[in-house]
Order: sequence, then C-alpha cells, then structure tokens
Amino acid sequence: MAGRLLLLGNEAIARGLVEAGCAVATSYPGTPASEILSAVARWKAETSAPMHVAWSVNEKVAFETAYAASISGLRAAVSMKQVGLNVASDPFFSAAYLGVTGGFLVVSADDPGPHSSQTEQDSRRMAAMAKVPVLDPVSPRDARELVAPAFALSEAFGIPVMLRPTTRVCHASQDVPLGEVRPLGRRADFRKEPARWAATPVHRSRLHRELLEKLSRIASYEPTAPRRINPGVNGPRAVVASGVAFAHAADVLDEAGLMETLAFYRVVQPYPLHPAFVERLLAEHAEILVLEETTGVIEGQFRDRGKVRGKESGAVPEAGELLPETIEGIVARFARRKRPASRVPKEAPGRRPTLCPGCPHRASFMAIRKAAPKGIYPGDIGCYTLGTNLGAVHTVLCMGASIGQAAGFHHAYRQAGQDVDTVATIGDSTFSHAGVPPLVDAVVQGARFTLVILDNRTTAMTGNQPTPQSGRGALGEATAEVDIEALVRGCGVTYCRVGRPTRFPEFLALLKEAVAYARENGPAVVIARDPCLVDRAPFEEPAAPRRMTVSEACDGCRYCINRFECPALVYDAGENRVHHDVLLCSGCGVCAHVCPKKAIVEAPDA
Amino acid sequence: MPDRTRRAKGPAPRGPGSGSSPEGTAGGGVRQQIVVSGVGGQGVLFIGRLLAEAAIARGLPVLASETHGMAQRGGTVIAHLKVGSFSSPLVRPGQADVLILLKEENAASHGRYLRAGGWAAVNAPSAPAALADAASRVVDADALARETGLGKAVNLIVLGRALAGPPGGEGAGAGLFCTPDEIRSILRSRLARQDKILDASLAALDLGITQAIPARHRR
Repeated sequence: MAGRLLLLGNEAIARGLVEAGCAVATSYPGTPASEILSAVARWKAETSAPMHVAWSVNEKVAFETAYAASISGLRAAVSMKQVGLNVASDPFFSAAYLGVTGGFLVVSADDPGPHSSQTEQDSRRMAAMAKVPVLDPVSPRDARELVAPAFALSEAFGIPVMLRPTTRVCHASQDVPLGEVRPLGRRADFRKEPARWAATPVHRSRLHRELLEKLSRIASYEPTAPRRINPGVNGPRAVVASGVAFAHAADVLDEAGLMETLAFYRVVQPYPLHPAFVERLLAEHAEILVLEETTGVIEGQFRDRGKVRGKESGAVPEAGELLPETIEGIVARFARRKRPASRVPKEAPGRRPTLCPGCPHRASFMAIRKAAPKGIYPGDIGCYTLGTNLGAVHTVLCMGASIGQAAGFHHAYRQAGQDVDTVATIGDSTFSHAGVPPLVDAVVQGARFTLVILDNRTTAMTGNQPTPQSGRGALGEATAEVDIEALVRGCGVTYCRVGRPTRFPEFLALLKEAVAYARENGPAVVIARDPCLVDRAPFEEPAAPRRMTVSEACDGCRYCINRFECPALVYDAGENRVHHDVLLCSGCGVCAHVCPKKAIVEAPDA
Repeated sequence: MPDRTRRAKGPAPRGPGSGSSPEGTAGGGVRQQIVVSGVGGQGVLFIGRLLAEAAIARGLPVLASETHGMAQRGGTVIAHLKVGSFSSPLVRPGQADVLILLKEENAASHGRYLRAGGWAAVNAPSAPAALADAASRVVDADALARETGLGKAVNLIVLGRALAGPPGGEGAGAGLFCTPDEIRSILRSRLARQDKILDASLAALDLGITQAIPARHRR
C-alpha cells in the first residue's frame, strides 16, 4: 500500500487543497478545524508549492484575504470552526451575491456533541441562508477527494462553495492515498468591475436574481448528485444519509444484513438538494429515513414530508451527536426489526478537563479571586475558560465577549446606583481576534473594570498556533510582532501594566492596584505574561522548576484540591492529607501561596 | 469523486453480492476494533496513531477517531481504532475486541465498549471491579514509571502489556493485530533523530511486555 499515509481528516482536506492548486489558504484556529491550515503549511513546505498560507487575526479577516485571491482569479480557501463562520458571516453572505473568479472554498467544521464548542450549529443552514452550495464529506479519504470537485463546482458557477466536515471527519484518521501536487501557475489578475465587486443596492438586486439562477442549475449538477449505494435493492423503504452519519449507517446496515432490504443513498451536496432525486425517491419508496448532522437540512428539502422520517418528524434526535449506536436503534425501528438486546451500561461521566499542572493561568485566577473576592468575572474562549472550575470565570459567551460583558456589567450596576468589581480575562490571541473593538468602546463609555490579558503568546487550546504577538507565521517564518501594550494604550487605556502570575505575591499586589484604579477611573489592563507549558516554542523558558512538598501541617482540608485544582496535588483519603504527584508536578511553586495552613513548601533538600 | 464500494467483511454473515474489497487494500479478513482510553496528557492519541500506522504498514485499511480540544487538558480522552474494512470511525459500545486503559478510573466509563469475549490491558495495581466480567491484563504502569524514571511513557508501558497478548497466553483468544516488533519499527521511524526519547520509549514498551525492570533503569 505504498503511497497511503495515515492522515487526520483535516490533514486530508489540506492535502486536497494543495493538490488542487490552491494558491492562498487562510484560517483562524478553532476545534475541530485547527489542523487544516497547519497541514497546508506542512504540505506547502514539503512540495514547494507556490502558496500564501497564513493564520489570520480572525475568521472575518481570513475570509476577506482568501476571497481577494479568488476574485483575482486564483484558487483560494478559508477554514474555520462553525462559530468562526458566525464571525465571517458578513463577508460570507455578501460574497455569495458577488460570486467568485478562481475557485473559492469555505471550509466550516461543525462540532455535533458539542465536544469543544459553544453550540452545535449546522453550517449547512448558514450555507442555505447565504444561498451557497455545500458538500458533506463522510471520511478523511472522501474529504480529500471532494476538494477538487468542490473547486470545479465553484469555478463552473462562479460561486463560493462550502465544504462542511464534522468533528468525526476532522479528527478521524485513515489511510489516505495521496495525489500529485500540480500548481496551476495562474497569475493574479483582478478585473475591475465596480458594478460587481463594489455593487450598490441597485446592482445587488440583479446579483441576487443571478445567484438564484445559479443555485437552480447547481441543483441539477451531475457530479455532486446523490449516489445510490446498493442499486437493485428496491424495497418500500429507503435510507438517505450524508456526512459521517452515512459512514455509521453503512457499517450498521452492513452488519445487520439490511443492505439487501433497504435502498441506501448518499447525499454529497445537502444544499441545494437535487430535486430530481427528491422526486424519484418520493415516487419509488413508501418511507424514507434521513440521517444527517446536525439539523434536518436534507429532510426539509423534501417537497412532501409525509413519507419522510428524520429530525423534524421526531424519528432522529435533534440535539447531540448522532452516534453509530443511536443510528443502530433508529435503523432497526425503521426496518421493523427488533433491536439486538444490549447489555451495555450507560456511560459514566468522565473526568472534566482542567488547566495543566503549572499553567500560569491558574495563578492568575487565584490572584483575581483574592484581588476582587466578591467580583463578577467575565471570561472568554480558550484554555482559560477552564477558570470556571476555579470559580474565577462567571460568563463565557463568545470570542471577545469578556470585555463587552465587563463593560455591560459596570453600566448595568452603575445605572442602578450599585458598585461592583468586575475582572475580565481574555487570552492574547482572543484579544487580537475580537477584544480590541470592545476595549475601545469601554474606554469611550468610561466603563470601570479590570481586564487581565492572559498573554502566553500562543493559541494554546487549539494546538499552539502563533498569535500576532508571536513573531512567527504559519510556516514558522519570522513576522512582524504586534506590541500588545502599545495596542492597549492605543485603545485609549490609561492604566496598563505587565506582571508575571507565577511570581505570585508581586502579581497579586499589581492586580489589587489595578482593581483600585478601575474603581475610580476607567478600564485598567493587566497583562499576565508567562509561557505556556505545552508550547514547544515558548517565547521564553519557564522559570527553573522547584521541588515542592507538603509538610506535616497539612490537615486534609482540601482547600488546595477544590480551589486550586492542580492535577499534581493529590488527596490521599487514607492518610487524610495531600501530596504532590511527582510525575505531574511542573515545579512552578505557586501552590505554596494557596495553602491556608502554609503546609505546601519547597522541599528542604532542594 | 469517491464512489462508495461495498466492503469486504470478516466473520459477520454476508448476503449475496456484498463482496469486493476496497480497491488496493490487502489482508482481507482482519477486522479488529480497539479502544484506547485515558486522560489528556497521557498520550492516548499517540498510542492510537502507533497502532494505526502499524496497520498501514501491514497493508490493512484503518480508521481511527481522536479526542481533541478542551478535553486534552486533563479530561477524559478516548481513541477509537478500527482495523480492516469499516466505514465508520467509531466503535459502538459492546463491539471492541480490545480495550487499552491508561487510567483505571476510566473502566467505569469506557469498559462498556468491550464486547463479550473481548479483553483489556489496564494500568492498575489490580484488576478493576468495573471490568469484573472481562479478561484483563493488568500492569501497574504508574508505579513502574516512577521506579524507572519513565514518567512520560506510561502509555507505552500499557501498550507493551497489550502487545504481550490476551490473558491466558496463546490460544486464549486473538491478540492485537500487530506484533511488538512492528510497533518498535514504527517508533524508530517516528522518533528518528530523537535518540533519548526513542530509547526511553523502547524501554517502556519492553517494560510493559516483560514487567521486569532491567538493571540500567533501576533507580
């Protein structure tokens, strides 16, 4: 099997992009989409394909950068997670009207479950709302193979095309055959056509009609039409599936011997669904089961839904991941089969995630609780969302919202004549992504709160991608560095200090000063700067490890376990005391400042 | 664009015309479903990938599924691995042939993946109660890792235990689809030019297989 590599779905999509001559690829990291762009960068380096590959500051900017390449005639792609598409929705909806020149793919990765997201939203609904065709890959191999036809579709109709993988495609891995990388050698050639690229409302009406006309032709485009999996099986019942739900259903039907009973179809392009397919199914079958994630996009396009079983009919759950075991039960009911008796117990809840041992965010959160003990703590999206475990994050809405919400809490309390200390946290990457406009607004509106920018100069949660402060790009190349303090001061903030949370006593003093300043003045910003311990290229090495131990003064109160939650601190119920797990301890020494009994100390022999 | 072809099956009963192997894949009959379970930071995904690459090296088709994102920060992490002809990357509960547990406490949540007659390799001082119905191979990998200073390689110690085969030895049921030598060779190619990590990894694997601490690793 020479030429087959074990690839994640995301790496397979990346390979497909590079093979298909994509010239510009951009992204902002977000689970489950993050590995797409890093893999594009790797394939580009390996194959020397001429490309611009970049981590953008956010999904909107990523979209606009790639789109400009497309309207210059080049193939381009932008990748993001589903909630990233919300951020990029403004250019996305408009670009559907204007159309494209070079093939343009919007890869929006959904997260049914959700495993690592705020919502389970279905990007295919966004595609339908924007009136853009969307393709639904079933596996890593299939995802790679869909990229070239998606570019071809985009160029055939001059329209953006969405590729919509889900977590179980992105983070599945498979033996994937590689194709040749063939750069297209196109020159950038933007044709100035203001009535299109700068269309005023009068032109937009015409563009909208053109878009609708494109869509109706795409709905009968043969290469993306639904596929019949078991031709010759003509029962009264048919199963229609797309995405990974198709892959689960294929195994379930196969193993239950139902491939000879139920007609089985795969939908490649859930929107627009081919009307000829809908008509044929309604004519040939008495009952049609639709299996798809996460909402009934295919189901909703059946003209006559009397025969259709799916999410909207109640046959398939509307929330949560559509797991193979769930599909097994649904298919058995649909086929009027008794479901095989199962002695499998329900899954017990697993261990919740927590900040890594030695993570500097843990120290920041402890300082925040001590500096403003009765405060409101708006939080944000990143590893530090886990500050919820430590009682130091009270809200998590969306990227950048900690700052807008902190200002909002100030105004809500103030207008009622109340005072509250508000301390918001945001990472450096998230601050650059969506934190600057709300900080400008907070300054203008005189909102009094403290903002702690957790600055580790990396996008840690998604795999340590660079930030605008890192000074390196997607390929590891040197880039300009944006000075975060200058940026904060440029927003009009008058109090901006830098501290190291792992030097705990000094950091706590600084934070108290900031909280006091914010009470009387406007927003105060503290930049909490320490390296991420899982970053393989940290901006500086963490401080030398200290060997910590727990003295006889420990009375087993478990304050450190419950309020500090470092995985390296372990409670021994037998001895009723805490000790350090030496395999896990990073030696940051911050725990010494946690214990109310002062029982955690540096080992005397160290 | 891909055309979905029907997949060859192993022991499951097959209907007429459900034949042909996927194009270009060898090793027709092998079908094995494996679940690797632990917590973020233990290297669950690394074990999953070693096994997946061993499958590819054998010319077998392979599908796997990983946990990414927030759960990798110390939360429960699971990797599904399906060797042979499958479409879905997920193992259904009650279908796993082998369960590799890097964290004993996960027996309660992930023991349910084992099929009747399947077996487990478990990092624990003794067989966990939650797996009372299943045959298990136990190794106290945390203790071995502490004794030998191989703290970062608990995952490979447990994989070594799994490679040593099911309880009861030869003939007691199917072992893993691959051999220790195949995993060693994958480790050598993945960790080329990282001699220290490679040596520690190979030592951890052997430690799991033999459960005997060689003199040079005693502390």
